Amino acid sequence: MLNRFLKATELDTRMLGMIGALLLIWIAFDVLSGGLFLTPRNLWNLSVQSSSVAIMATGMVLVIVTRNIDLSIGSMLGFIGMVIGVIQADLLPMLFGFDSPATWIITLVGGLVLGVVLGAFQGFLIAYLGIPAFIVTLGGLLVWRGGAWWVTSGQTIAPLDSRFRLMGGGPEGSIGAAWSWAVGLAACVAVVLLLVNGRLRRKKFHFALRPVAAEIFLGSAACALILASVAVVNAYPWPIGSVRRYAEANRIEIPDGGLFIAHGIAIPVLIAIGVGVVMTFLALRTRFGRYVYAIGGNPEAAELAGVNTRWVIMKIFMLMGLLAAVSGAISIARLDAATNSEGTLAELLVIAAAVIGGTSLAGGVGTVAGAMLGAVLMQSLQSGMVLLGVDTPLQNIVVGVVLVLAAWLDVVYRRRVQ
Amino acid sequence: MSASAVPLVAMHDISLSFGGVHAVDRVSVDLQEGEVMALLGHNGAGKSTLVKILSGAYQRESGTISIRGDEAIIANPRDAKKYGIETIYQTLALADNVDASANLFLGRELRTRWGTLDDIAMEAEARKVMGRLNPHFQRFKDPVRALSGGQRQSVAIARAILFNAGILIMDEPTAALGPQETAQVGELVKKLKADSIGIFLISHDIHDVFDLADRICVMKNGRVVGMARVADVSKDEVLGMIILGKCPPAAIPGPGAIAAETVGSA
Repeated sequence: MLNRFLKATELDTRMLGMIGALLLIWIAFDVLSGGLFLTPRNLWNLSVQSSSVAIMATGMVLVIVTRNIDLSIGSMLGFIGMVIGVIQADLLPMLFGFDSPATWIITLVGGLVLGVVLGAFQGFLIAYLGIPAFIVTLGGLLVWRGGAWWVTSGQTIAPLDSRFRLMGGGPEGSIGAAWSWAVGLAACVAVVLLLVNGRLRRKKFHFALRPVAAEIFLGSAACALILASVAVVNAYPWPIGSVRRYAEANRIEIPDGGLFIAHGIAIPVLIAIGVGVVMTFLALRTRFGRYVYAIGGNPEAAELAGVNTRWVIMKIFMLMGLLAAVSGAISIARLDAATNSEGTLAELLVIAAAVIGGTSLAGGVGTVAGAMLGAVLMQSLQSGMVLLGVDTPLQNIVVGVVLVLAAWLDVVYRRRVQ
Repeated sequence: MSASAVPLVAMHDISLSFGGVHAVDRVSVDLQEGEVMALLGHNGAGKSTLVKILSGAYQRESGTISIRGDEAIIANPRDAKKYGIETIYQTLALADNVDASANLFLGRELRTRWGTLDDIAMEAEARKVMGRLNPHFQRFKDPVRALSGGQRQSVAIARAILFNAGILIMDEPTAALGPQETAQVGELVKKLKADSIGIFLISHDIHDVFDLADRICVMKNGRVVGMARVADVSKDEVLGMIILGKCPPAAIPGPGAIAAETVGSA
C-alpha cells in the first residue's frame, strides 16, 4: 500500500533514504545534546555553514558524472578570495574612495569572471589537451594555493567592504521575517505551478498521469517543508548586541523583555538555494545537462551521436570555477577577511558531499539535490559533534568513516535496484 | 542503377593505418540511391573502419569522399550527420544511463520555445518510431541499460531512421536479434530502399546479404578483393572471395584480389 503510493508519487527512493538518514542524525544529536541541536539557532547556523560546500557540490556532481574530478576548487576558492580582497582593499578605494556602493558588485563580478577564467584554463587542458583531470586539478591545487599566498605575500586582508560582508550571513546578512515569508510563499507557488504544468503537458500527449492524490500529497508536502523551514529561521532572533545597535541607529525604544527581530533566511543560504535551482535546471532541462549525463554514461556514444564532448567538458570546468568563486566570496564575507588558507581541504568535503549524495565515481549518475543534501548531512555531523564536544581528530575519523559507509550503502542499493 | 548516374556516395582511394597496420588500404567503393551495398570480409578485414571513416568516427589519411558528386568534408560525426549519414554501430553506441528517447535524440534534442529540453515531445516521437520497429516496446522510462539486447538494438536502429537519413550505415544490425526481429529489420531495409535511401550493410550472415543486398564488396586485409552484383555471383563464389581473396569472373576485381595465375585458371 505504502509502496504503491510511493511509486505513484515517482519520488526517488534513494533520495527519501537520504532524507531519512539526515533526520535520524538530527534526532540522535538532539537527544545526545539534550535538545541543543534542533533549535532555530543551531539549524540557522547549520544552513549558513553548509552553503559554501553545497554550492560547490552542485558543480562537482557534473564533474564526477562525466568521470572527471576537480581537486583544485579549495585552492581556487582561496586564490579568488584573496584577489577579491586585494581589489577591495587596495585597488578600488584609490578609484572610488572607501565604502563606495560600487565596491561590492565590482569585486564580486571580478571574482566570478576570474573563477570562469581559471576553470576554463583547467578545462582546456583536460578536454582539448587530454591531460587527466586528476593531474590538472592536482596541479591546480598547488598552483592556486601558492597564488593565494603570493598575492599579498601571505598577509590577511581585513576588514572587507560592509556591503560585500552581507553575503556571509549574520544578522544584517539575513533578509528578515517578512521577506523570508515572501520567499517561502513564492517557492510554494512555484512548486504548485510546476506540478500543474507537468500534469498539463502529460495530458497534452496522453501520457499516464499521477493519481491526483499523489499530486496533492507531493505539493502539500513540499509546501509544508518550505514554510516550516521559513518558520524555523524566523524563530531565531538577533543577538542582543545587534538589536541594541539597530535600535540606537533607528531611534527605537527597546520595550521591556527585549525587541524580537528575526534573522530570517541568511543571504548565503538564499544564494545556495538559487544556485541549486539553477543547477538542477541546467542538469535536467537543458541540452548541456543532457550531454553531461550522456557523456558520463558512454563518452564514445556521445561523441558518435554528434555531441561536442570536449566543449561540454570544458564548460563543466568553467562552471565549477564560477561556483568556486561564489563560494569564495561567501567564505571571505563570512569571515570578514581574506586569508591565504581559506578553503583548505574544501575540495575533499565537496567531493565527499557529492558522493554521499549519490554521485557515482564510475560516472553517469548523480543529482544536484542529492549533493546539496550530502553537504548538509556532512555539516550536520560536524556541527553536531562540535556541540557534543567531540575532539577534532575524532570528528575527522567519524566523517571519514561515514563517507566510506555511504559509498558502500550506495553500491548495495544500486545492486538491489538492478 | 546505371554506372553513369552520379553515385550517392563515392569513396575513392581511402587509406587509414593504425600503428603501421593498413586497416584500410586504398579502398574505393560507391553507393547509389536506393541501393544496398553489402560489405563482406573476415574480422579485421577493414569493413568497420571503412564505414567509420564515412560516419566521421575516424579520420582518413588519404582519399576523397563525394556525396552526390560533391566532395564532402567529414571531420567528425556532426559533419557526417549534416550530409544525412546515419550509422547503426556494431557496439550500438548508446548512453546506458539515460532512457530510450534521450538516446534517440542525443545531439539533436527537441526543445521548447524557451530553449529547454522538450522531454515529453521527444518521448511522444520516440513512441511513434519505436512503435513501428518494435510494437511491444513500452519501457520508455528505464535507462537503456535495463533493456534486453534486442530492445537496445531497436533503439539504435530507431535513432538512425528518425532523422530522414539519406545514407544509412548498418554495422551488424541484426547481431543481437532473434529470428522474428531479424525479419523485421529485413522488412525495414526494403522499405528504406524504396524511399531511395542508400545503405551500406555489414553482415556476417551471407544469407541475409543475398536476401537484402544489390551489390557486394568483399574486403580482405584492408583491401578490396572485388565487387559484384549479387545476381551475378553464387554464395560459394562469395565465400571464395572472403576466404581466399579469389575474384570470380563475374566480379570486378580490386587491388586485394590475388592474381589469377597463382589461383590457376578460373
